[in-house]
Amino acid sequence: MSTLTSSLQRWPTRRPVLFLVLAAAVWWGLYQTLLPGSEALVAALPVDRASRLGGALQFFLYDTPKVLMLLTGVVFVMGMINSYFTPERTRALLAGRSEGVANVMAAALGIVTPFCSCSAVPLFIGFVQAGVPLGVTFSFLISAPMVNEVALTLLFGMFGWKVALLYLGLGLGVAIAAGWVIGRLKMEAWLEDWVRDMPRTSARFEDAGTTLADRIQGGFAAVREIVGKVWPYILGGIALGALIHGYVPEDFMASFMGKDAWWSVPLAVLMGVPMYTNAAGVIPIVQALLAKGAALGTVLAFMMSVIALSLPEMIILRKVLKLRLIATFVGVVASGILLVGFVFNAVL
Amino acid sequence: MDIKVLGTGCANCKATIALIGQVAQAKGVAVQLGKVQELRDIMGYGVMSTPGVVVNGKVVHAGGVPSREKIEQWFTAGG
Repeated sequence: MSTLTSSLQRWPTRRPVLFLVLAAAVWWGLYQTLLPGSEALVAALPVDRASRLGGALQFFLYDTPKVLMLLTGVVFVMGMINSYFTPERTRALLAGRSEGVANVMAAALGIVTPFCSCSAVPLFIGFVQAGVPLGVTFSFLISAPMVNEVALTLLFGMFGWKVALLYLGLGLGVAIAAGWVIGRLKMEAWLEDWVRDMPRTSARFEDAGTTLADRIQGGFAAVREIVGKVWPYILGGIALGALIHGYVPEDFMASFMGKDAWWSVPLAVLMGVPMYTNAAGVIPIVQALLAKGAALGTVLAFMMSVIALSLPEMIILRKVLKLRLIATFVGVVASGILLVGFVFNAVL
Repeated sequence: MDIKVLGTGCANCKATIALIGQVAQAKGVAVQLGKVQELRDIMGYGVMSTPGVVVNGKVVHAGGVPSREKIEQWFTAGG
């Protein structure tokens, strides 16, 4: 590797603040050119802008870079924030707190603490060992995969800030309420025995002394890992959206997913359980449903169910939770999601 | 040098093992590379996010695949 390329790679580390300011400016500038850029591109092609193909093309050319840029920006910032909120710090913040407040904190922390679904179990045990109440741990466990920055960014980029905000608020609501309810049910006895027998640990931890430059590296790593994994789904989702936008007749879906079909919400939640994709994978489906008449409540319920109630995660959790506790967990969360779906459809 | 990778077998854990193996080979250092997959044992190290890495009995990393640089540091620091 030549010295020029390697010093080029090093400069964000040596001048972190400068890098952040420049990156933000460049990102913003680029973002502003997207809409006019997509129109100009379509104008240059031998396609009638007013035609279905023209409409679909413009939608695709505008939305794809827009969503990818939003995602890159948000994932980078979250990658930096995540470096503050390690599981160890989160645990220290939650240990020994009384429920209620702790449930709210846990759900909120679930958004900013990095969480890989394979870590669900070690994390769960770690929390329990340090004296975080069971219900609070559940609030965290529900919010972390469900209310994640990828889902929120995609919803924002593709459906607007209202939908994103709604998902955020309702997701937190379900996490807090479900965790609190489980806490009230006093189900500590339903942890697998070996978990309860694990030694108590202290929640105190040492700050690893991460610098801003380290956090920037963390941001890069997050972008490489997340956007790198997720971009095909996004492309697919937007392409699908573009097709629907241009070609599928209105209200095609309304008949079985619309507001009037009361059973659409339970059906949506049920359909979500055996499915598990990451937040990005579900967006194409959400796109298709929403654009053509499906009620917003039903669609949100479906999305939450797919992400929060995943069969693979239940199977993993079976190692630490007895069946009755898992069933309770699924039951309470499903009820919460159902409620969200119904209330939403009724209110809007 | 004794290195253990803690994880229940997801893609990140496998990637970590592969990466450590590559770096070890590149540096020409002999390593005892082992996997710890039993939850009980993983918890014994006090690790909350997998994959975790233990070098010569000490936890040096937890959560996500470690960067190549980080792995190289473990080799230069001790072993």
